[in-house]
Amino acid sequence: MPNSRILEISVGIFVAVGIAALLVLAVNVSNVSGFSAGSQYTITANFDDVSGLKPRSAVSIAGVTVGRVTSIVVDPETYEAVVAMTIDARFNDVPVDSSVGIYTAGLLGEKYVGIEPGGAPDVLEEGSVIRLTQSSIVLEKLISQFLFSQSDKKEE
Amino acid sequence: MFDWFAQLGRSAIDFFARLGSEVLLFLQAIAAFKALVFRPALIIQQLFSIGVRSMLIIIVSGFFVGMVLGLQGYNTLIDFGAEESLGVMVALSLVRELGPVVTALLYAGRAGSALTAEIGLMKATEQLSGLEMMAVNPVERILAPRLLAGIISMPLLAAMFSAVGVFGGYLVGVDMLGVDTGAYWSQMQARVDFEQDIIQGVIKSVVFGVVTTWIAVYEGYTCLPTSEGVSRSTTRTVVYSALAVLGLDFLLTALML
Amino acid sequence: MPSTDNNLVRIRDLHFSRGHSKIFNGIDIDIPKGKITAIMGPSGTGKTTLLKLIGGQLKPQQGTILFHGENIPAMKTKKLYEVRKKMGMLFQSGALLTDMSVFDNIAFPLREHTELPEVMIRDLVLMKLQAVGLRGARDLNPSQLSGGMARRVAFARAIALDPEMIMFDEPFTGQDPISMGVLVQLIRSMNEALELTSVMVSHDIEETMAIADKVYIISQGKIMGYGSPEEMNQSDSPWISQFVHGEADGPVHFHYQARSYSDDIFAGENRD
Repeated sequence: MPNSRILEISVGIFVAVGIAALLVLAVNVSNVSGFSAGSQYTITANFDDVSGLKPRSAVSIAGVTVGRVTSIVVDPETYEAVVAMTIDARFNDVPVDSSVGIYTAGLLGEKYVGIEPGGAPDVLEEGSVIRLTQSSIVLEKLISQFLFSQSDKKEE
Repeated sequence: MFDWFAQLGRSAIDFFARLGSEVLLFLQAIAAFKALVFRPALIIQQLFSIGVRSMLIIIVSGFFVGMVLGLQGYNTLIDFGAEESLGVMVALSLVRELGPVVTALLYAGRAGSALTAEIGLMKATEQLSGLEMMAVNPVERILAPRLLAGIISMPLLAAMFSAVGVFGGYLVGVDMLGVDTGAYWSQMQARVDFEQDIIQGVIKSVVFGVVTTWIAVYEGYTCLPTSEGVSRSTTRTVVYSALAVLGLDFLLTALML
Repeated sequence: MPSTDNNLVRIRDLHFSRGHSKIFNGIDIDIPKGKITAIMGPSGTGKTTLLKLIGGQLKPQQGTILFHGENIPAMKTKKLYEVRKKMGMLFQSGALLTDMSVFDNIAFPLREHTELPEVMIRDLVLMKLQAVGLRGARDLNPSQLSGGMARRVAFARAIALDPEMIMFDEPFTGQDPISMGVLVQLIRSMNEALELTSVMVSHDIEETMAIADKVYIISQGKIMGYGSPEEMNQSDSPWISQFVHGEADGPVHFHYQARSYSDDIFAGENRD
């Protein structure tokens, strides 16, 4: 049995290393520091189609992540998808007439919500609803749209 | 015919009697945690022999497991052109599953078996009886501090395992195989959630800490006080711990998903 | 039967069995205050079990064990631990805690049960070690002690809290003549100096008879006889006489139960 001083020091090191490892996991691996509770606000947007978007997907402005999707539900009357997302409070002057769209990172990548800032003087705040939305691009729909537009042209 | 029923009844009664006494013992040990607050020296000593002495094997194993994950993950992901997701894969596998599970398995082999052998030998050499006759309750003096130290050590060890593993995966993926550094970290940070992944991993390792340490001290406390009895109990500790950890891992994953 | 006033422990109608084997089948024992009582009997008669019953580590199926008039088997755990502070027990192996030094072993009960300052604990420990002649061995580990020394350390530990009664479990077994002599001397002198009540379980006739004030002889779950060592020596019971004088054959047979020797021999010849 080593003497008590060495024992205490090594236990101290053990606990410190363990807590440091937990901190590394929290900050470096999961990046918890960017979104501490309280310094954020929630907005919602209605989409016709959110295929591929999931809770925890990123919300970004000009490619920079500013928030996360928190929930996706279907409006029982309009059958639209209601997407709630939290935005970091640092980005508190996003114009109210901004538009949102669902985009794909790369060809096969993750879906994310992109905010296209508008020009109105009023800004988005807790509970705001964004009106201008562009739905998720679904490959099948895209192809059929393209075919229809071709046939329309021919008729002219 | 009736013999058969009697046999069944007897084993059922035995089983519940043993279960009951084990639960009682466990509650006694938990109740003794309160008194331990005033005797930190006891816990520090156990943290040393349980935690500090397991640290090296956990860190080295974590590093190798991380490197293997990096290598295998890269070879699989490259086929889909998704090698940028290597960081996510390594981190999620470690934090959610491999960290808590492999740490608990190694812990059972390293610290659990040592605990059983130590307590078993104390029993075989009448030290536990001696404590009782000195009016010192061995459940409070021997079992409780070891259990508490195990519960504290396990999440810390699992966190070390995961953190070192992520670094090992980085070493292989980024330095050796050429995955982009930024992609490794940013994809990881974007997809690993603090509450969903890290906290769940910690919860798992706390549960494993309770279960494996309890199995170890209980096996030691109830072993036959002979050299054969001690060796058998030590083996049982490792086997039961491994089974309990793997079974509970499935259960916890299913519950928390 | 001696009067109850000077008995520290009174055991009445004690029954204890382990599994299917009956170990005690209704025994009565009185342990007088300030005396050395020896409990003797052949190996495997549950002498150690008796000490554990008195210490409350085992519970009898039937019967009472009164310590200071209070029934030990009926005690709640907390009360039992209080009572145990008044008892010391010397285990056959010494039962020293192997992860601490001799000094810490003796200091252990003091540190656990008293709030004494460390200086005072040191003085007390050195006093106890001096009494057993091992003050110089205080920094050794239990693994460095010989069997006899370990028992002396355990003795010092058992008297650390100044108990009223000490129980000795086979104190002389496996000792060389010198350490045996030391232990005999120690038990006798401590008993007198500290006014201890001693209970000793042993099958070493000579040494036990030399220091005991009262002897009980147990066999097959029954008391075969009791009295002073002289009375035992002169007993006309053939069983006691065989035990006390260590004769090979008598009421207790040399041979383990078997069918007749000639049958066994011929059974082998007739086999094929």
